[in-house]
Amino acid sequence: MSIDLKTIKHISKLSRISVSEQKAEKLANDLNSIFDFIEKLNELKTDNVEPLTSIAETTLKLRIDEVKSKNLRNEIIKNSPQENEDYFVVPKVIE
Amino acid sequence: MSDITKQSLSELVKNIKNKKLSSKEVTKAFIDRSEKSKELNTYITENYSIALDSAKKFDEKPNLDLKLPGIPMAVKDLFCTKNVRTTAGSKILNNFIPTYESTVTQNIWNEGAILIGKLNCDEFAMGSSNETSFFGNVQNPIDKNLVPGGSSGGSASALAAQLTPITIGTDTGGSIRQPASFTGTVGLKPTYGSCSRYGIVAFASSLDQAGPMAQNVKDCALLQEVISSYDDKDSTSIDFKRNEYSKELTNNIKGKKIGIPKEYRVEGMPKEIEELWKKGIEYAKDCGAEIIDISLPHTSYALPTYYIVAPAEASSNLARYDGVKYGFRAKGENLIDMYEKTRSEGFGNEVQRRIMIGTYVLSSGYYDAYYLKAQKVRKLIKNDFDEVYKKIDAILTPSTPSSAFKIGEKKDDPVSMYLNDIFTVPVNLAGLPGISIPAGHDSKGYPLGLQIIGKAFDEQNILNIAYAIEQKINFKNKITDWWIK
Amino acid sequence: MSKNNSEYLISRNNKQYEVVIGLEVHAQVLSESKLFSTSATKFGAEPNTQVSLVDAAFPGMLPVINEFCIKQAIKTGIGLNAKINKRSIFDRKNYFYADLPQGYQISQFKDPIVGEGKVVLDMPNGQKEIGIERLHLEQDAGKSIHDLDPKNTFVDLNRSGVALMEIVSKPDLRSPDEVNAYIKKLRSIMRYLGTCDGNMQEGSLRADVNVSVRKKGSKDFGTRCEIKNVNSIKFMQMAIEYEANRQVDLIEDGQVIDQETRLFDTKKNETRSMRSKEDAHDYRYFPDPDLLPLEVSDDFIENLKSEIPELPDEKKKRFIEKFKLSPYEANILVSDIETSNYFENVIKKSDVKLATNWIIGELFAALNEKNLEITESPISAGNLSKLINLIKDGTISGKIAKTVFEQMMEGDKDPQKIVEEKGLKQESDPKALEALIDKVIDDNRDKATEYKSGKLKLFGFFVGQVMKVSGGKANPQLVNEILKKKL
Repeated sequence: MSIDLKTIKHISKLSRISVSEQKAEKLANDLNSIFDFIEKLNELKTDNVEPLTSIAETTLKLRIDEVKSKNLRNEIIKNSPQENEDYFVVPKVIE
Repeated sequence: MSDITKQSLSELVKNIKNKKLSSKEVTKAFIDRSEKSKELNTYITENYSIALDSAKKFDEKPNLDLKLPGIPMAVKDLFCTKNVRTTAGSKILNNFIPTYESTVTQNIWNEGAILIGKLNCDEFAMGSSNETSFFGNVQNPIDKNLVPGGSSGGSASALAAQLTPITIGTDTGGSIRQPASFTGTVGLKPTYGSCSRYGIVAFASSLDQAGPMAQNVKDCALLQEVISSYDDKDSTSIDFKRNEYSKELTNNIKGKKIGIPKEYRVEGMPKEIEELWKKGIEYAKDCGAEIIDISLPHTSYALPTYYIVAPAEASSNLARYDGVKYGFRAKGENLIDMYEKTRSEGFGNEVQRRIMIGTYVLSSGYYDAYYLKAQKVRKLIKNDFDEVYKKIDAILTPSTPSSAFKIGEKKDDPVSMYLNDIFTVPVNLAGLPGISIPAGHDSKGYPLGLQIIGKAFDEQNILNIAYAIEQKINFKNKITDWWIK
Repeated sequence: MSKNNSEYLISRNNKQYEVVIGLEVHAQVLSESKLFSTSATKFGAEPNTQVSLVDAAFPGMLPVINEFCIKQAIKTGIGLNAKINKRSIFDRKNYFYADLPQGYQISQFKDPIVGEGKVVLDMPNGQKEIGIERLHLEQDAGKSIHDLDPKNTFVDLNRSGVALMEIVSKPDLRSPDEVNAYIKKLRSIMRYLGTCDGNMQEGSLRADVNVSVRKKGSKDFGTRCEIKNVNSIKFMQMAIEYEANRQVDLIEDGQVIDQETRLFDTKKNETRSMRSKEDAHDYRYFPDPDLLPLEVSDDFIENLKSEIPELPDEKKKRFIEKFKLSPYEANILVSDIETSNYFENVIKKSDVKLATNWIIGELFAALNEKNLEITESPISAGNLSKLINLIKDGTISGKIAKTVFEQMMEGDKDPQKIVEEKGLKQESDPKALEALIDKVIDDNRDKATEYKSGKLKLFGFFVGQVMKVSGGKANPQLVNEILKKKL
């Protein structure tokens, strides 16, 4: 198992983190040593094991259909980096 | 009273209730000491003047029926606090001021405590040494240039240095118990679902759990009693009968069956830790507990499993930090450019590394080999515990495979850093409660901890065992106040 | 292109191609609050006024599921004759977009709440069954607005987190007409159930359209393209037509079709590749660790079954059997829950045959002209029923009824009153009619003579004259009888 620079580029794209060439090499090294250690799991046969879906020993609670959250526009937008009273604003999306 | 900050929580509560101390005196004492302790770098955000006002207000109309009447307290900066900056130790949240309060901290303020500040931690709780924080290293009060552990490093350090009488941390793979062990303090990771995750900056949702940190087991029990509550705002919060842990605390553990897992005797573990463990076993026997050798066969798979599950969840949990709604935003030519620069500049190296690992193990073609495999092994690890708990009541292990290490010692070797959590991680994977108590010192005089792992929802039992052993050990932290000039 | 009654085929160079279509319909669940948060779902609110901390993905915010949305999804599943899964799992679909605050959409991937089902379409050449692959619950995204500012995109999160049902069909559809019928049928079923209002203008119902083509008779599927987010039936049909022809042209040209996501440009009437989004499409689905598996009991499902109203197919069957309607009439009357309610209210107290004709004929035409829904009809079911009874008991003629109807359309007036006020009551008194008829014959002596000498066609002339003189009020049947005797 080896993670190459192409893979690093791909996952950096997926995770929306830009990575310089230099950083990519360091990351590839780190990830390779981490995955070497993770590969230990391959020692185990798990074909007949049900994967765990939740560790909480309870069932999903259901909420009543009620509107409780009021208009929080000011509160919600207050922390946003760009000034606008009504909207979140981001640099133009290019399609 | 000049020694206010030396008092335990229980003593402070008693003195405030008896009106021997006012909240303001106590609050001021901890603030003064915190001011003198800047070198430890435990605080990210100070809330001193508001805290003093609150203390004054408390004293004017004291409600002495509360569990934490007028008690000052600093908390890990992973808990969202209304109108007080919350950073998660990250540049990306450097300027974030929540308009809401986490359930756990709300429970604390409801019992009369007062927020004096937000404590340093590894960025998004990802680390075992507090070295990944955007706000810099934290010093362990035990010795200069020693890490306090992590991720709740600021909490552990502030607690051990008596800058706060009690505190709270979060524990995803050992982030409460390991720093408690490194600083000679007590730290409890409750059962998954015991404390609400609402308002806590998420790292890995299926593993994260808030918990109390204190100078002794009794204080720890009291704080657990305060923070643990069923919360309908958290779908994974569990509605079970919660004890009044401090009231029901007892050192009578006669007949309790305590398991000793052979798999925790890991290769290369220092002799001192082996000795400490033996000592712990003897103490437990002295208290009337029955010691039983057990096996948790999948223990060695816990860390690899953890380093798939936790980064996978984190890669998704941290997607919301994109520069759009709050926090840091880098300039970008277009939306995607903005995302990539914001996240590259806003997250530190360890966080980026884990996001990358998580993204990779979930990506098309690798999901089954990694994520699904890990969830299956996680099931096996949980089954190991379920199996032994048919015969025993609790498990005794060392908290960490070593004492605190030097700042910078493991920084460039992620795997050796990860190995530090080898004894704590299985507990998170299985959703169980675990407590670390200080049990001795190594040859350098650094504290070492023992961990007691319980059955799900059985916090009372491990608190009792910890309480009994604590009394036998009679541990004294060796802190010289070297940082105070 | 060739079209016969049963098949939609595309012809090129003496070869015929069949079009294979599958739809992923996104239907907004009718609910007060959102799927995982307590903010409101109302359409048309001011931007970002229906956004909770959860919807905007603030740190530490957690989803808590809305029980009613689960019920709505299960009811819809029952309406689609589908298997209800007692255990389903919510997954995160991870991707970055300005209007997706969490950086993931909570959806259901491997274990949806509803499994396989079917709907039956009434096509001109008979019924056709369309398979349903699955129905799952998911969150809607917010809205990106690109045209408010030259350099920036504005984001409104009001819709973020609203519950959607994604209904995935099997690739059973073969023509734009079938797509039309399928969407209308889904819409009708959901409106009967009250699970989705089906309002396409407001975006409550939209679809991703999967299109592929294959040579007629081939069993293998061709490479498909997905046309994203089409929000009207007309556009779906146009997009399919364009896309199918594009694919046939490519094949005929010896080229390969790329499996890709495309966009329908409604102005240019063409589909376009959305390649920019393509490379980032690895959604990294995994079970949402903030939620647990959703488990519903048999009792829960049975209770919901007992709340299911009569659905269009059953209603149609009943209308045909009980009221002797033609399948055509029944189809029209059951297609929409409001129409069928109106019809059933009218026939409570009046003749079925007349009611059917009046609703499908006069009422629909009049509503259409005024661009009104049946719920907005100026004529209530009660008053239409009265009008029909006035015809039935001979108080007014069908012709007069139309005049009365027109006046009723101006405001919901009681037809009885209109008839009285305007003196429109039918003249059925034989003596009065005889007097009238005598006068008409007297005034047209020469024509009467011609008639008697064999020019029988003139009978119609006399009927017309009598009706004219009576101001249309003479009972036509009686007029006929008396005229025959007198002449």
